Amino acid sequence: MNALASAPMLEARALTRHYRLPGGRFAKRNVVRALDGVSFTLHAGRTLAVVGESGSGKSTLARQVTMIEMPTSGELLLDGRDVARATPAERRALRPQVQMVFQNPYASLNPRRTVGALLEEPLAIQRRGSRTERRDAALAMLAKVGLRAEHYSRYPHMFSGGQRQRIAVARALMLNPRLVVADEPISALDVSTQAQVLNLLADLQQAFGVAYLFIAHNLQVVRLIADDVIVMHHGEAVEQGPKDAIFDDPRHPYTKSLLASTPSIHRRRRNTPS
Amino acid sequence: MNARATPLVNVSDLRIDFGTPERPLPAVEDVDFTIETGEIVGLVGESGSGKSVTALALMGLVDAPGRVRAARMQFAGRDLMKLREDERRRIAGRDIAMIFQDPHASLDPCYTVGYQLDEAIKLHGNTSDRASATTRRARACALLREVDIREPEARLSAYPHQLSGGMAQRVMIAIALAGRPRLLIADEPTTALDVTVQAQVLALLSRLRAERAMAILLITHDLAVVAETADRVVVMYAGQVMETGSVPEIFDAPRHPYTQALLDALPEHEPGRMRLRTIPGVVPGARDRPAGCLLAPRCAFAQELCAAARPALRMLAPHAGVRCHFPLGAR
Repeated sequence: MNALASAPMLEARALTRHYRLPGGRFAKRNVVRALDGVSFTLHAGRTLAVVGESGSGKSTLARQVTMIEMPTSGELLLDGRDVARATPAERRALRPQVQMVFQNPYASLNPRRTVGALLEEPLAIQRRGSRTERRDAALAMLAKVGLRAEHYSRYPHMFSGGQRQRIAVARALMLNPRLVVADEPISALDVSTQAQVLNLLADLQQAFGVAYLFIAHNLQVVRLIADDVIVMHHGEAVEQGPKDAIFDDPRHPYTKSLLASTPSIHRRRRNTPS
Repeated sequence: MNARATPLVNVSDLRIDFGTPERPLPAVEDVDFTIETGEIVGLVGESGSGKSVTALALMGLVDAPGRVRAARMQFAGRDLMKLREDERRRIAGRDIAMIFQDPHASLDPCYTVGYQLDEAIKLHGNTSDRASATTRRARACALLREVDIREPEARLSAYPHQLSGGMAQRVMIAIALAGRPRLLIADEPTTALDVTVQAQVLALLSRLRAERAMAILLITHDLAVVAETADRVVVMYAGQVMETGSVPEIFDAPRHPYTQALLDALPEHEPGRMRLRTIPGVVPGARDRPAGCLLAPRCAFAQELCAAARPALRMLAPHAGVRCHFPLGAR
């Protein structure tokens, strides 16, 4: 795929996040290089997948992009503005642009609030619209994610896993963000509902032009939905590029081992019974 | 596959109820399956399909209010349902061992690997294993070596939190092997592991099966794991077996619409497709199962008969069966 001519919506330049471990009187304070000089660009309406094993820095990257944490060094440009050097007030104004969908919709939705309240909360926090307008927006969003108006006054426990993830996606989209960071959004779901949620994410990207930073460990899923891929290992991007390049011609040994380890229905038994 | 003398495991008409006797909630109904000696059987199904509780029933670990009934639950020629409690307990853990999804939750964080292996050897090892602390220690080292753990002596004094997920699962497998089981039940053994580690653990299970002629019941929701590791597949849905057959049969020519739909929903099934095929609706719970075929409300091929009558599992060969009024092969 050719490089897009327009300016990227999101750009990371040597993005780095180190954590200092608590050191006691006797231990030297150690530093964990959770994210070590990662650079990438993401254009509006596109999907960048981040893959890697646990501890590779995927979620640390998500925490920088969602402005939950400030990077130790490096730049993070949202529409050309450096988030790391923005004032707190500017950051507050930028945050609604980036929303998040988490892995486990059983944990990410407040069980004490109705679906309607969950969807309206981001709008209320941002003081957008009147109460009636917020209600209308929530009902409209329910329809867009394939839920019905009667679901508005129900509680999360009354829904299946796939439906709950639809609610989580709906909530993330309420502020009309430019970017949604999805951290393993389908790994907690059943096989038959994974496909429903993946299709929904694709539809919503078309409808809203939202970009996805999609964190996943399932390479088969990444191959389906990503435009570009970053392979992370020990906090570094060991390989990155367009999806087809990564899958058809992996260069880094770690990428090769990831691809070789991914089970496939087309690759049968490793050994035959005696 | 032709029928051999006696299968290692032969279960028929298994039913597991929860809830009260007046209002039973069937978790598993009318389940039949067999496992041959040294065979890896993949038990696949979505959450709530009853695959884990079926395994627990084999182990005799379904607690009240759960009630297990079966016309037959044979293991190595003995009917487990007819055994006394103490006889049953001697089989569970020794002849039938089990490993679980999260090895760090299965290991006791307060005791070393060596202590926990020693305990398993004391309980389930043979007379020469159990003879003395020295023989037990030697056996523990041998077990760790067998699951590809290097420097077993040093690992014996490690605590579970010092182990990576893959290493902890290897330790769990070593503990399971202490009684030289003839059947290992592995319930989602690699779901919590990274994909590179998953590949190593699955290769280890395959090797152990080949070396020990140990049968494995591999429970997973990941069809690709089953395709790569198992000999035969049992597909469960909402507490019933929908289809069973060899790996090539199930993956190349599924007979049940549910198996077909599961395969179609996989991203890798048709590379290059922008949209995945989905199965509409959700898996029914124990309270809202339809009267007819359990899949009927979600099935693309459902006809009138499907909503009215529940099909039986029809065996087409000793190891291949399908529970459908209109199986796909019969088009």
